[in-house]
Amino acid sequence: MTERTLSQLVAEQSVIVCAGSGGVGKTTTAAVLALEGARQGRKAVVVTIDPAKRLADTLGIASLSNQATKIEGDWPGELWALMLDVKSTFDDLIATYAGDAAQAKRILENRFYRNISGALSGTQEYMAGEKLYELHELGAETPDGVRTRFDLVIVDTPPTRNALDFLDASRRLTSFLDHRVYKMLMAPTRAYMKAVNVAAQAFIRTVGRVVGGEVLDDALSFFTAFDGMEDGFRERAAHVQALLGADGTSFVLVASPRRDTVEEAAFFADKLRTSDLAVAGLVVNRMHPRFGGGTPGADRQRARTLVGSPIGTLYANLADFRDMADGEEAHIAGLTGSVAPAPVVRVPFLAEDVHDLATLEQIAAHLFDR
Amino acid sequence: MDPASFLHASRVVIVAGKGGVGKTTVTAALARMAAREGLSTLVLEVEGKSGIAGLFEKAALTYDEVVLCPSGDGAAEVRGRTLTPDDALLEYLEDHGLKRVSRRLVATGAMDVVATAAPGIKDILLLGKVKQLERAGDAGTVAPDGTAPADLIVLDAPAAGHAISFLLSARGLLDAVRVGPVSTQARDVLELLTDPARCQVVLVTLPEETPVNELVETAFHLEDRVGVSLGPVVVNGVYPVLGDLDVDPVEAAASGDTTLRSGEGEALAAAAAFRSARQTLQAEQLGRLAEALPLPQLHLPFLFRSDLGLADVDLLADALRAAVIAVPEPSRSAP
Repeated sequence: MTERTLSQLVAEQSVIVCAGSGGVGKTTTAAVLALEGARQGRKAVVVTIDPAKRLADTLGIASLSNQATKIEGDWPGELWALMLDVKSTFDDLIATYAGDAAQAKRILENRFYRNISGALSGTQEYMAGEKLYELHELGAETPDGVRTRFDLVIVDTPPTRNALDFLDASRRLTSFLDHRVYKMLMAPTRAYMKAVNVAAQAFIRTVGRVVGGEVLDDALSFFTAFDGMEDGFRERAAHVQALLGADGTSFVLVASPRRDTVEEAAFFADKLRTSDLAVAGLVVNRMHPRFGGGTPGADRQRARTLVGSPIGTLYANLADFRDMADGEEAHIAGLTGSVAPAPVVRVPFLAEDVHDLATLEQIAAHLFDR
Repeated sequence: MDPASFLHASRVVIVAGKGGVGKTTVTAALARMAAREGLSTLVLEVEGKSGIAGLFEKAALTYDEVVLCPSGDGAAEVRGRTLTPDDALLEYLEDHGLKRVSRRLVATGAMDVVATAAPGIKDILLLGKVKQLERAGDAGTVAPDGTAPADLIVLDAPAAGHAISFLLSARGLLDAVRVGPVSTQARDVLELLTDPARCQVVLVTLPEETPVNELVETAFHLEDRVGVSLGPVVVNGVYPVLGDLDVDPVEAAASGDTTLRSGEGEALAAAAAFRSARQTLQAEQLGRLAEALPLPQLHLPFLFRSDLGLADVDLLADALRAAVIAVPEPSRSAP
């Protein structure tokens, strides 16, 4: 396996997935990678999952929507951004695979569908994969109603505790469709209510007692309306899976130097490897800076001896940062081994917060070794 | 504010905030502070792997309660357990006379289908369990295994975006399901969440721009859409403010009769400049937070350690207590 720098990944790949636990700077990392794509002359789009307006703020635009927005700037390529709207992505998918407009309408109006398309956990991850596939294959519609294609799609995965949900989402849908309980629920329609076996009926009654009859009726009518679309969905899920495993797709792990996020990143790296997907890069954000050489013990000792004086305060401060940097480096030591030979990039905790293109550029300087 | 009145305001405290702000650390500090005030405290985690057990230097939590920090030195016990929807569902079914089918429902994976059929049901099962524990506390019910109920229940909620849907699940379900046991459960949970005498939400943030923005957004969502009562906001990771950061290391060393080693002057100056910049930034953000959100702020210091243990939890519990005392007593005007 050849190791490529992040700059080479941005130049050569067509899809980069940023994965990691919540609060580690995934969204920022994704934005910086897309910006670099534009700088290298590529037509890049970044999809954020985060409902918060932070990416829009950082990119200097008023708001992000499900529609791709072009970010103007002084670069040879193009930079586009959009925010995943789970519900409308799901609606589009239904419209694509429905046999006719009437079937699509029945599903879109079903209460059970409205619930799962908006709020169900797991749907977000599933739709993130779906959006990624759509952007890669078909591009996106611009505000002028023109479809535009991209040559680099960067996706910021949902801030779930377990980043694996993203990998498994489309597979989970497929197994849901294949689930025998689902088949049991479907049995009444398939058999025209006649040949339903007694056990299945008893089972449905029990589920009904737990969740209430209305919910069950809604679910049954959803599955009835959905009938015939399973194959389309299953095929689509297989395409999404194939795209995630394609040579042009790379996973960049994002972590912060804390024990919990490092453990999770290591777990994710292992899972990727067992799925024959390799980590192409590891970005560790918010590393506390290290100032000067010397030994931590000596600084702390001087701080103690000189306590109460201005120079003592300066030594105490230096020792604080050194302790922090040492501890953080120790945390990521194991992780760098488990992603080898992928490059590990350390991004320092900056003296100011990342809030605009100029601060993104500071991060870029670290990511691309400028 | 008197720590005791802060801790007795409600039996349930839900700690919520965006990922990475230290929700779990705050949960641990709050639990330990309460225990030292003599309240037996139960910590609940709902997503697994929260790291709360690690803070107390204990093995990962299980569905059954374990002691995280024993009583002693005038402090009550801190216990902990993890709540999972599957276990909560099993209990729920058994309590509703469905014991016979309950194992089968869970074993066949029907739980997944049920959860799909009624979104938010997993959240309701978890919150329903919290409500049951709260009620046991009110009634003084001793569990079958002999454990007495907790005086205070601290729930380490899911990360921000999910926290809103987690807490909204009761309202959502009430719209979708109007009769049956789930509906009853949702109604009970909503009653708990919206009663300030029973439950308050403590939001956690960092003194940085994005976390502050998100905290303000979450606070308004929770008040408007869920109707919960918000307790003080905890700002975690606040750099203790150092003075003297702008002195010249060479001059300071000379006046302190100290000789700097080679390159040390630059390192001291750079570290001081960095801290000074962060201190300025954090003061701005704390001010912005105070302006945007009229809630008392409790500041917890950044400890300059990347790994926290029991001793740090105690330190933070002390800091939290001091911060609560520093909050002015709310004026009690007649309604």
